[in-house]
Amino acid sequence: MADTKASEESKELTDRDHLRRIGLIWLVLTLVCVPLVIFVLGPHLPPGTDSEQARNQQEDNTVLAAVATPVLLFIWVYIGYAVKNWRIPADTPVEELQDGPPIRGHRGFQTAWIVITSVTVFALFVFGTQELWTDYGSGTGSGSSPVWTPAGYSTNAKDSKLLVVQVIGQQWRWTYRFPQYGGVETDTLVIPAGKTVQFDVTSLDVIHSFWAINLGVKADANPGNNNIAFVEDPSVGPVDIRCAELCGTYHGAMAQTGQVEKQADFDAWIAGQIVLHYDLLPQLPAYADFYIPQTDGGYYDPSQVTPPAVDSGLPPPPPAPAPSSAAPSPAPSSS
Amino acid sequence: MATDTTVAAGVDAGGIPDPHVGRGVWWRRPGLFYGVIGAVIGYAIGTWLGTWLAEDNQQVQGLGHNDFAVTLGYLVATIGWLAGMGALTYPLQKMAGLQPHVEHEEERTLGRYFRYTLDHKVVGVQYLVAMIAYFLVGGLFALAIRTELLSPTAHLFQPGTYLEIVGTHGTMMMMMMTSAIIGPFGNYFVPLMIGARRMAFPRLEALSFWITPAAFLVLLSGILIGGFPSGWTGYAPLSVEATQGMDAYLVAFGLMSISMIVGGFNIVVTVINHRAPGMTWTRLPLFVWGMLVTGMLMVLAAPVLTLSCYLTLLDRTVQTSLFNVQQGGSPYLWENLFWFFGHPEVYILALPGFGIAGELLPVFTRKPAFGYKTTVAGIVGVGLLSFFVWQHHLFDSGINADMRPMVMLTTEMISIPTGFIFLALIGNLWRAKIRLTVPMLFVIGGMLNFLIGGVSGVFLSDVPTDTVAHGSFFVMSHFHYTIMGGYIFFFFAGLYYWLPKMTGRMLDTRLGKVHFWSLFVFFNSTFLPLFAIGELGMPRRVFEYADSLQALNVWVSISAYLIGVSMLVFVYNFLKSTVIDDKRPLPENPWGSRGLEWLTSTPPAADNFVRVPTVVSGPYEYGTGAGPMAVMSSPGYPRVPEGVS
Repeated sequence: MADTKASEESKELTDRDHLRRIGLIWLVLTLVCVPLVIFVLGPHLPPGTDSEQARNQQEDNTVLAAVATPVLLFIWVYIGYAVKNWRIPADTPVEELQDGPPIRGHRGFQTAWIVITSVTVFALFVFGTQELWTDYGSGTGSGSSPVWTPAGYSTNAKDSKLLVVQVIGQQWRWTYRFPQYGGVETDTLVIPAGKTVQFDVTSLDVIHSFWAINLGVKADANPGNNNIAFVEDPSVGPVDIRCAELCGTYHGAMAQTGQVEKQADFDAWIAGQIVLHYDLLPQLPAYADFYIPQTDGGYYDPSQVTPPAVDSGLPPPPPAPAPSSAAPSPAPSSS
Repeated sequence: MATDTTVAAGVDAGGIPDPHVGRGVWWRRPGLFYGVIGAVIGYAIGTWLGTWLAEDNQQVQGLGHNDFAVTLGYLVATIGWLAGMGALTYPLQKMAGLQPHVEHEEERTLGRYFRYTLDHKVVGVQYLVAMIAYFLVGGLFALAIRTELLSPTAHLFQPGTYLEIVGTHGTMMMMMMTSAIIGPFGNYFVPLMIGARRMAFPRLEALSFWITPAAFLVLLSGILIGGFPSGWTGYAPLSVEATQGMDAYLVAFGLMSISMIVGGFNIVVTVINHRAPGMTWTRLPLFVWGMLVTGMLMVLAAPVLTLSCYLTLLDRTVQTSLFNVQQGGSPYLWENLFWFFGHPEVYILALPGFGIAGELLPVFTRKPAFGYKTTVAGIVGVGLLSFFVWQHHLFDSGINADMRPMVMLTTEMISIPTGFIFLALIGNLWRAKIRLTVPMLFVIGGMLNFLIGGVSGVFLSDVPTDTVAHGSFFVMSHFHYTIMGGYIFFFFAGLYYWLPKMTGRMLDTRLGKVHFWSLFVFFNSTFLPLFAIGELGMPRRVFEYADSLQALNVWVSISAYLIGVSMLVFVYNFLKSTVIDDKRPLPENPWGSRGLEWLTSTPPAADNFVRVPTVVSGPYEYGTGAGPMAVMSSPGYPRVPEGVS
């Protein structure tokens, strides 16, 4: 369309005509794009559907994307429309410049704008809080005494009906302890499908972040602190694990693949781990919420932390050898 | 000797020889030369002192590196640098009861751009050139990062080197760029736009600038002594156990925080106290509002950074154990302190841009500013709220988990005042006379980019969606959209818009358009895929990633190189227009702006205005029939007394 024709045309149009046109374009695009976002893009959004928390995060991502789409479209359509219809040559000499209409504001439009943004923001806040609440922290680390907990949760791992897995980060590897299985420590993560799992995340040195990507779990591992995250109903398959907080040189190498197995396979695996590490079990520090490295560099002092008192139901382990000669995990880097 | 009207500002290096007038012989007064000597001597003294103090210290011998020596070396070198530049001359003379020599910088020589100059316009140009240099150096580190990310395993750098590069890039951009707009344009144009002859505290202004080269060099030198592994966030206890390069990070960031406090304070006092008669708060240009609130954020937030850097240095040198769990410290302390500064900081990196957008839109739409008071409310509201949201960086940390809904609310509420600023954009364009000049292109491009940055921020403010995005490339892409896509675009808008005022030279329009379009396209093609890469599970600051993400990463890297090409176009344009080309006659007011800064001579004379102007109408009264914004020769207001003190 020729420029002159466009400008003549826009002169004849009233404010209402422009508004109607912009609104119409926006409405058509919104009606096309929002269903596309919800039904086509939505099911593919991360973190997938491998657990209840992941499914809810995906739903949350979809809702936010569906709310964002009309907003983005409105600004894009508006700017596109304005630039197309109301532009004058950029090199117009200063003397020939004409002023636009002296509009300082529009009470109705401004009020509507403020009301719409405020309502949207508060709606998103209520929605987000509700998701956080009903999803027990939505897979995030919720501190050492979470307020929203699934049924069967207990502050003591022994009484808990959930599977408690302690995730220990250190430079630069993950280890996992199972307090309900004699405090056995493994270097791979296997959890049973369909159960609710409680991750107790802690660190021996610097801050790490335990990120089980497709389970929708992310919890910072802080030294001297227990950070609890829940995941419900994981489905069978691999789990991508990475460290999500910069922790030093080999931060990027703290990647692992864990596994969600059927309950029977999990039982077999954990029994195998106990047998495998049977000799090492007595040398592990007593199970605790977190471990304080000693200043002499070697061991973790269980007297400073809450007592474990976990009954594994196993035969009594062989007598402990001389203490503290072999820490189960490398001592934290002291340099 | 050159006269006022023919000599442009210092970027036109070359043509104008230093005329050596008066006592202006370079070796007879403080300047760059003595600054460098002072820095070298200071470094030697500091290192010696640190070695002498702590050489036999058990801790130092155990670690194998002496953080006392490095830290004191940097600090005393900085003092030596500032003393050599002449920063201490005036206060020391005052303290000694001597009559301080106040220089009247009447002559417009090239040399004063390399001295501790008190003219805010000189400081503005110093800042401009320096900020562009810092930005380009930081950008080179970004290209190094993208080169390593071409493959999912190490192929160019060792893992440690890679982290040094990532950390230096991040820190360079986040700490030096805090002053990328308030430094050049704030210092240069705030007095001109409010009708003042100078800043409130010219010496503090010069100080705020001359700290930045020290901070820049200290940070860069960190690479030479092993770099720092902690990224720009410097989380403890990783920072406490890191080697000497960490001291460079802490000293540099601490220095820059002092520069921010000093510079921001100066702007705030200037705006409050030095407005011309008639420059009421409702006539204050939107850019000045942006600068005022940014200055306040700097004054209130940066001291927390100074403190956190100081505390970490204590932990590293005198073993205070503030962040060490074994001895009762807490890593949460750093996280809280850092982000209490860090979140206002990201608005220090946003509000100046909003100010430029608000300032330029009326000029290029030929309309009064739409919703002036709403825009001001937006700027002030964002500034206020920015102090109440920092814990959203700690959603997954386990600290204060019950408070997350409240932080979610405050964070999401920031989109309300931010929305006001978009309202102004929308309103200004309505039935306007839109001129798509290069500055206007950058304004619109910046708004479009910031929109994506803002919308992606909503995903980060909501705990369930943040679970995936936190600590991933999604976050990285989000803040590049707000800072590079928004802030840096607005910086370029301001540069293309105001450079004719600062130097009397116009940047080439054709090259400017090439610069804008290439930057806009390649910026988006770089950072849009990074949202996806992050959501698909690539954490920040790693080069080890899933093979399936390689295609996207290669795409991003190639786009990043093209951003580099686009920046080369800009550098060529900048040098060509300011240094190489002969001056072309330029209209006094090439954009037809009503702003007060365009009513004085180009480039402005030493005292800005012959007489203090009387402001009689607002800066954006396009189409309302109002006359010029100010009466420039009002007889009632004589020249202000000479000299600054």
